[in-house]
Amino acid sequence: MTAQRTYLTDEMVARIEALAPRYPNRRALTLPALHIVNAELRHVPLGAVAEIAAILGLAPAEVQDTLTFYQFFHQEKPHGTVRAFVCRSVSCALRGGDHLLEHLCQKNGVEPYGTTADGELTIEPAECLGACDFAPCILANDDLLKNMTPETAEAELKKPRARAT
Amino acid sequence: MQPFKPVLLEAIGVPDGHSITSYKSRGGYAPLEATLAGKQPSDVIDMVKASGLRGRGGAGFPTGLKWTFLPKDHPGPIYLCVNADESEPGTFNNRLLMEDDPHQVIEGIILSSYATRATTAYIYLRYEYPKSWHRLQAAIDEAYAAGYLGKNIRGTTFSLDIYLHRGAAAYICGEETGLIESLEGKRAWPRIKPPFPAIEGLFRKPTVVNNIETMACVAQIARRGVDWFKSIGVPADPTNPRDPGSYGPKLYCLSGHVEKPGCYEAPLGITARELIDRFGGGVWKGRAAKAVIPGGISMGLMTESELDTPLDFAGPGRVGCLGLGTAAVVVIDDQTSIVDFLHNSARFFAHESCGQCTPCREGTSWSLRILERIKAGKGRLKDLDILLELGSTMGMMPGSTICGLADGAAWPMKNAIKKFRGEFEDYIKRTNPSGWMVTDPVPALQIVGAH
Repeated sequence: MTAQRTYLTDEMVARIEALAPRYPNRRALTLPALHIVNAELRHVPLGAVAEIAAILGLAPAEVQDTLTFYQFFHQEKPHGTVRAFVCRSVSCALRGGDHLLEHLCQKNGVEPYGTTADGELTIEPAECLGACDFAPCILANDDLLKNMTPETAEAELKKPRARAT
Repeated sequence: MQPFKPVLLEAIGVPDGHSITSYKSRGGYAPLEATLAGKQPSDVIDMVKASGLRGRGGAGFPTGLKWTFLPKDHPGPIYLCVNADESEPGTFNNRLLMEDDPHQVIEGIILSSYATRATTAYIYLRYEYPKSWHRLQAAIDEAYAAGYLGKNIRGTTFSLDIYLHRGAAAYICGEETGLIESLEGKRAWPRIKPPFPAIEGLFRKPTVVNNIETMACVAQIARRGVDWFKSIGVPADPTNPRDPGSYGPKLYCLSGHVEKPGCYEAPLGITARELIDRFGGGVWKGRAAKAVIPGGISMGLMTESELDTPLDFAGPGRVGCLGLGTAAVVVIDDQTSIVDFLHNSARFFAHESCGQCTPCREGTSWSLRILERIKAGKGRLKDLDILLELGSTMGMMPGSTICGLADGAAWPMKNAIKKFRGEFEDYIKRTNPSGWMVTDPVPALQIVGAH
């Protein structure tokens, strides 16, 4: 019997199932499944949560509970083609991280965590990105942008980028 | 300080240093082969115990001793969780190891799994390290192909799989039981201990949780020997039978207001001043340091006059800091407002409190609200006492929380206000000339969201 799914493709389900032998139970697949879905859809809507839960044999509330804890997966609408995490923790803050975030939000006409009207760019404050040797820094999809100034960051975030993995 | 050649960071800058070919050409995997050919798991435990290696993740617990807490003759499975959630502000040493020398880490994991009889090792990697993710996976694939992972490794009865597991941007996943809960697919709420993970950990089985740099140290001890490791660092205090000493090389992350931020390898016990001057090129722009974080933001602050404190496991505690932590040294120059620093710290902890224990959830959120108000020029001297009271009542030490996150939130608050009280008072009096002396309740400026 094939389940009717709206959000998860057969390919996503196959990728989730391929990880199953790594864990002694299916609940441990929750975060990997959320990442697989999020990488494709750029968000994990509630409908997808229910489908993940059905695949893993969990209550949707269990998956939703985990998802909401991390505040990482957008649920209402997809994040931008480029998702930029701007570090605001101490080492970056000492070298202008807060200013950088403010500048980028203002130039792109968004609030922190917001997405530009064309859906291209989401700007999110991040806690320490672990690249304090290159402060202030930004993680844009899979690319670490080092030693940013408001000007260089603005230019960098206009560039097209490979999708996050 | 004696001349010192980096060992853990040997591959940094070596072309193709992350490949198995490069690692083997530097002597890698030979110790593993020798171990599997001629040593028992207990020999590896004895070696690590004898080396005096203490965990590099922050708490500094003796690694070999941690391993011996596993139940004897357990039918299995036993799990090894490698903590690569490196989220302590200022810390990036594990990132360098994973990106530039992943095989050093993997050899350490294999040796540690052999010692603890773990058959599955999970590397819990923070989301923010995509390059580490790709480099580690490529290295794991190479290690399988070379026969160092999988079933019956090198013809022995020892089998091991290593799996990468990715986090989703939550600081609390670096706490070992938070990590375990997260790996199990749940919210990362730390567990009450006991039972400790060695007895009941991941999937309710005996589990060891070790840091990435600790794994690299195990690989180096196997290669260079216990005597080499013990020849570096600060020996145990002979007058204190409970001092395990601070042996071996350590990766110090230097950032903030220094000329040359970076990760530098030095013997445990280098002073903050030596680190800043000899490696970091001094405080930037020719300025002086006002304060220095000794080991990640949760360890608190040292003043300029405390910079000659040795950064070994015992040093920072002697000047009122929480400990060595992750050895992430962050320099704050004399032009920076300590009010701004503490606000930044409070914002971090209010955001990262997992919300499980009320004193931490409410305490971190209220400290941020109070600091928002102080920053906005509506502070009162009384607020400093309220912050100190919050700082002394939330945490594992006062016994009000399950994990140490709240202690880490409290420490910068207590250190900053005690060591820089004059600056806080001046700021409050200057920015709130008509209200600094008020002691009646005042409204918070805004509601702060937490988990």
